Amino acid sequence: MLTVEHLNVWFGHPPARVDAVKDAGFTVAPGESFGLVGESGSGKSTILRAIAGLIDTWSGRIEVAGQPVAARRRDRAFYKTVQMVFQDPYASLHPRHSVDAVLSEALRLQGMDDIDRRIARLLDDVGLGRGFRFRYPHQLSGGQRQRVAIARALAAEPRLLLLDEPTSALDVSVQAEILNLLSDLRAEHGLTYVMVSHDLAVVGHMCDRLAVMQQGRIVEVMTVEDLRRGAARQDYTRQLIAASAGYQRA
Amino acid sequence: MTLLSVRNLRVTFPTRQGTFEAVRGVSFDLGRERLGVVGESGSGKSMTGRSILGLVRPPGLVTADRMQLEGQSILNLPERKMRKIRGRRISMVMQDPKFSLNPVMSIGDQIVEAYRLHAGGARAAARQKALDMLAAVQIRDPERVMQAYPHEVSGGMGQRIMIAMMLAPDPEILIADEPTSALDVSVRTEVLNIMDRLVRDRGMGLIFISHDLNLVAQFCDRVLIMYAGRIVETLAARDLHQARHPYTRGLLNSLPRLDAPQDRLPVLQRQDSWRDGDPIAESLETEFPGGL
Repeated sequence: MLTVEHLNVWFGHPPARVDAVKDAGFTVAPGESFGLVGESGSGKSTILRAIAGLIDTWSGRIEVAGQPVAARRRDRAFYKTVQMVFQDPYASLHPRHSVDAVLSEALRLQGMDDIDRRIARLLDDVGLGRGFRFRYPHQLSGGQRQRVAIARALAAEPRLLLLDEPTSALDVSVQAEILNLLSDLRAEHGLTYVMVSHDLAVVGHMCDRLAVMQQGRIVEVMTVEDLRRGAARQDYTRQLIAASAGYQRA
Repeated sequence: MTLLSVRNLRVTFPTRQGTFEAVRGVSFDLGRERLGVVGESGSGKSMTGRSILGLVRPPGLVTADRMQLEGQSILNLPERKMRKIRGRRISMVMQDPKFSLNPVMSIGDQIVEAYRLHAGGARAAARQKALDMLAAVQIRDPERVMQAYPHEVSGGMGQRIMIAMMLAPDPEILIADEPTSALDVSVRTEVLNIMDRLVRDRGMGLIFISHDLNLVAQFCDRVLIMYAGRIVETLAARDLHQARHPYTRGLLNSLPRLDAPQDRLPVLQRQDSWRDGDPIAESLETEFPGGL
């Protein structure tokens, strides 16, 4: 479904150029859920944004569903296949657009018809119900906002969903609801996920395989079973797992 | 010995729909211990911390039957008197150093200013103290960091600088509001070690406000669980996983775990009775069961 080869992403110009991602490569099979983990600044979100076409200073090869993607402008067909859900549901929804406006815009951009019925179904899909259709973001809780953001991504009926820390701004009880929703949607719609998270437990719950990133490089690609067994090959991964396990008094 | 004693603390805000109670009758004692306060957003945990320091702004209203710092009432003190306590005897570290440090002042000047405000003394002595404090929070090159501006340091270092600044006047109590939530896990351990050492070496009382149950269980001595402005359960931190309140249990269960995979995460079913039902706690008058 997704192939990334020799991906380099940089910002700025020399001498101030920053190489945010260096020679990253991985593949994600159709229907798989793939995690990208690492500390802040490791380049995990940057990879996601390069795939989504939000950054155009990259080199290498990105293939989605067998098609190489363009470096700059992506066409409508691309966004019909690939959609993204962002970290902060407080920032990713326009404060003055109602849920109805957000969803109908996304549907119209994809040239969908029968918008009325589709909005109702999207709201059902994300467990909001039709009563939420004419609400504004400030009338929604964080979890409800993230459900709207997920509905917006699903509007295009994509096959690959890019999830950038979709629950890290939410309370743990709400996180559980959103993770369950994402699992259900993946099963129902046969979606492929690439999920960025700093939380190994969340990735362990949601994903089949994961890549561990450090300073712009992928240091290890492993299965979640290996992660659970603590069978990391790299020192850095072991440190990350140990640090995530919590605090041991010195 | 009780450093801080709070009984029936209430924080209310008038709204167009009537009075909103952010904190509804919170009582606890703090000794020379690490006291964790956990709860979801909106549970009143930050408001509890802010009200102790007199940082709830009007029209917010703070009332309590008792709020005493070593026997002396600090409830609704006039600002002039509060300033003698805030920073000097009770200090607070906020969540995000990016928003708590002055962006147009060098780090050294900020620590020196904070220190002299509380302790007075000559500039040169204050500078030495600032250098010592930066070294105490494991900053390797304090001379260089003194010259730096906040945007030139990383989040983890910014948070350590905040802690250095807050601890320079040697407060008796430190209130830390999500001090590690904005930090990476590797830096988090360092910052926690620093706070841990300060509690042990100086006999400081620490109120550690967090949404992270597991972290609190590992780091603190005692935990208060807050829901809808009330304490619903008080526990020794090591017993957190034997919590009895359904809210605490629900929160713990909703966390994904690497060592216990499951297909679906249990979702918290909120009960109206949690808002006003009987809290689960040992008698308040027991002295710090999980503490020193």
